[in-house]
Amino acid sequence: MHSQKLFIGSHAPYFHNGNSVASKSYNIMFAALPAVGMGIYQYGIPALAVITFSISCAMLWELIMNIAMKRPISIGDGDAAAIGLILAMLLPATTPWWIVLTGTFLAIVIGKQIFGGLGCNPFNPVLVAFAILMLSWKNYLDFDAALLNYDLGFKMLYPLGALKHFGIDAIGDFTSQGLLMGQQIGGIGASCGLGLIIGGLYLILRGYIRWEIVFSFLIGIFVTALLYNISDPDKYAAPMFHLLTGYTLIGAFFLATEDSSSPVNLVPMLLYGAGAGIFTVLIRNIGAFVDGVVLAVLIFNVANPLLDKIRPKALGKGI
Amino acid sequence: MIKRPFFGLIQARLKYPALIPDQPVAIKDIDLSSKIVLLYENKTGQQNVSRLKAGDKVKTGQRLELFENTSDYIISTATGEVKEISKHTGYFGRNYISITIARNPEDQWDENFKTAGQAGNYEDVIKFLGALPGEAGLSTLLSLNPAEHPPINKIVIKGIDNDLLVANNQTILRTQLDDLKNGIDILSEIMHTTDIIFVVPPALKTQLSELGVTVKTVKPKYPNHFPHMIMKNVLREIVPAGKSPGDSKTGFINAEAVAALGMAFRDREIPIYKILTVIKKDSSVVMVRARVGTPVKDILDTLGIELNHGDRLVLGGPMTGHAVYSEDLPVMYDTDAIMVQGKKQIILSTDTQCINCGECIRACPAKVPVNMLVRVLENGLYDDAADEYGLFSCIECGLCAYVCSARIPVLHFIMLGKHEYALLKNAEESNA
Repeated sequence: MHSQKLFIGSHAPYFHNGNSVASKSYNIMFAALPAVGMGIYQYGIPALAVITFSISCAMLWELIMNIAMKRPISIGDGDAAAIGLILAMLLPATTPWWIVLTGTFLAIVIGKQIFGGLGCNPFNPVLVAFAILMLSWKNYLDFDAALLNYDLGFKMLYPLGALKHFGIDAIGDFTSQGLLMGQQIGGIGASCGLGLIIGGLYLILRGYIRWEIVFSFLIGIFVTALLYNISDPDKYAAPMFHLLTGYTLIGAFFLATEDSSSPVNLVPMLLYGAGAGIFTVLIRNIGAFVDGVVLAVLIFNVANPLLDKIRPKALGKGI
Repeated sequence: MIKRPFFGLIQARLKYPALIPDQPVAIKDIDLSSKIVLLYENKTGQQNVSRLKAGDKVKTGQRLELFENTSDYIISTATGEVKEISKHTGYFGRNYISITIARNPEDQWDENFKTAGQAGNYEDVIKFLGALPGEAGLSTLLSLNPAEHPPINKIVIKGIDNDLLVANNQTILRTQLDDLKNGIDILSEIMHTTDIIFVVPPALKTQLSELGVTVKTVKPKYPNHFPHMIMKNVLREIVPAGKSPGDSKTGFINAEAVAALGMAFRDREIPIYKILTVIKKDSSVVMVRARVGTPVKDILDTLGIELNHGDRLVLGGPMTGHAVYSEDLPVMYDTDAIMVQGKKQIILSTDTQCINCGECIRACPAKVPVNMLVRVLENGLYDDAADEYGLFSCIECGLCAYVCSARIPVLHFIMLGKHEYALLKNAEESNA
């Protein structure tokens, strides 16, 4: 019996196209690099510190939870690192270390692990963490206050904050081109529109995120903002302003497309994206918060299971 | 192995192999082994083989009945002495009786089939043709007893194979056109129908104009060649979930079996040679012809393929085959391919949960909500799976597991679900 060859037994199919969770996570992190690079270039070492600390903390929390919950060690799949990176991209460069530590705890433990880990989270973990941080330590996450000591050679006002507090006249200096090139203050990786678009298109072309969600989200924002703008141009900003400021682009490419909390069928994906886009502009224009992306996407994370019930009839059903 | 393209937005299109017309087809003949193994699927569940024992002499083409009270039988494919009769459990607990025959160098043909053929009564002839190379369950299709099986009034002959890399039927089309023509005539006579549709890949359509049957082409994209997909795309008829095309009075038969039928009537001998596609470790393909019952080991040895500890041996193609644990298993009537995978090529499944990436939804040809289905199946909710999540709409093509990011053995879950559901229903019926 000792010399007997043992073969691997498993069920069909015996081919696999090579997809893996790890390749997905690492590609998302790779796609984030242009925007992150721009952030580090603008804000310097403090931004780098926030990013690296956030990624390390996220992986550490994941490891601690793996051990505590007696599950296989899963930091190798890169999901925790990707969560850490995206969370850091939303934060201002001067965020104190303890907010990063708490934020990653909220993302990994409260947002992901207590629901059962990868794939089981009903909400985007990054958004759960960021929403809690935003409500708890408002002042640390207020970009105008946090980035007070920076002068990068352009108007050092958070565009959405300026719009909310000072009205449409305050945003006259922002041009679409400037916003696209990152001439606005904001999250470390959220202000360079061009970098986010390059990264996002890379992810779409490689098939790692679902383009239906991205485009319906952007169209939802554009159309709603346009309607507001038409109804009262003196009060509401133009649609391009909404598309290029705040968390719109990072939301479209990196937040709303999170796998577990977004739908997979065509019609639900369109509804989900468009709904989140519409709510974003509603919150920005008539809500209490400066930016609406975080809460709008969270709301539609809740709606996801319901939306995803709209699906095509399986072959041979109902005949 | 076919990998995901770099730009994965456009799904990898899995293409069936297409033999190039006018290019010669090379088929390697496998020498006869000293030992032939026959596998008989024991559906009755009887324990003791009463009508055959070790030491019995058998002839090639002899009809062997193993049990009392059943008309099931197996055709011996060699002349020699029965050495061993043993039990063997296969896929999802199917019972097999394996009969090992030590082969005499000379074949002696049993005369019963010839006699039946000369009398010209189809009913007597069919008694020998329950399985032909290419089709293991022919008795269902050819059954002349309408009480046993629903009558068939339309026959689809498949000039293409179910699985990737397998090109047996296409080879038959290229090499045995006369037998095929003969077989079609006989099939039409036995079944009393002229409604015969030949399904072929576009490249081979012109060759079939002389056959006098309706020829339809199917794009060579996996899984277009599955019976359910042919029903939907070619015949424009949707098979209700959980039913087979046979329930819609349509019978599917491989071209290989039709050609074998033609040969059986021409030579007055039961065909016992099977065309096989052997897929090597580097995914290159060799067509071979081997006698039914030849142990896989002999074929691999002839081709110089060495199997090592930790490799994978698959009977059948890459998407629908069955991994086996022994090289001693024989080629059967429906073994279309033998695939060998090296240790390093194997991508193993994991126990990661579904990450809801939606790849399976895009890939599924039957529009099954796979992401939900796999969740309910993981939790054993077979009733929900069948009622709400299209468990029985699945045509078992395996594309979901092929594209799964989390590398969940999705098809395995589905097959287990179907199996368990059937057990549940049986238990409910017997308790009622």
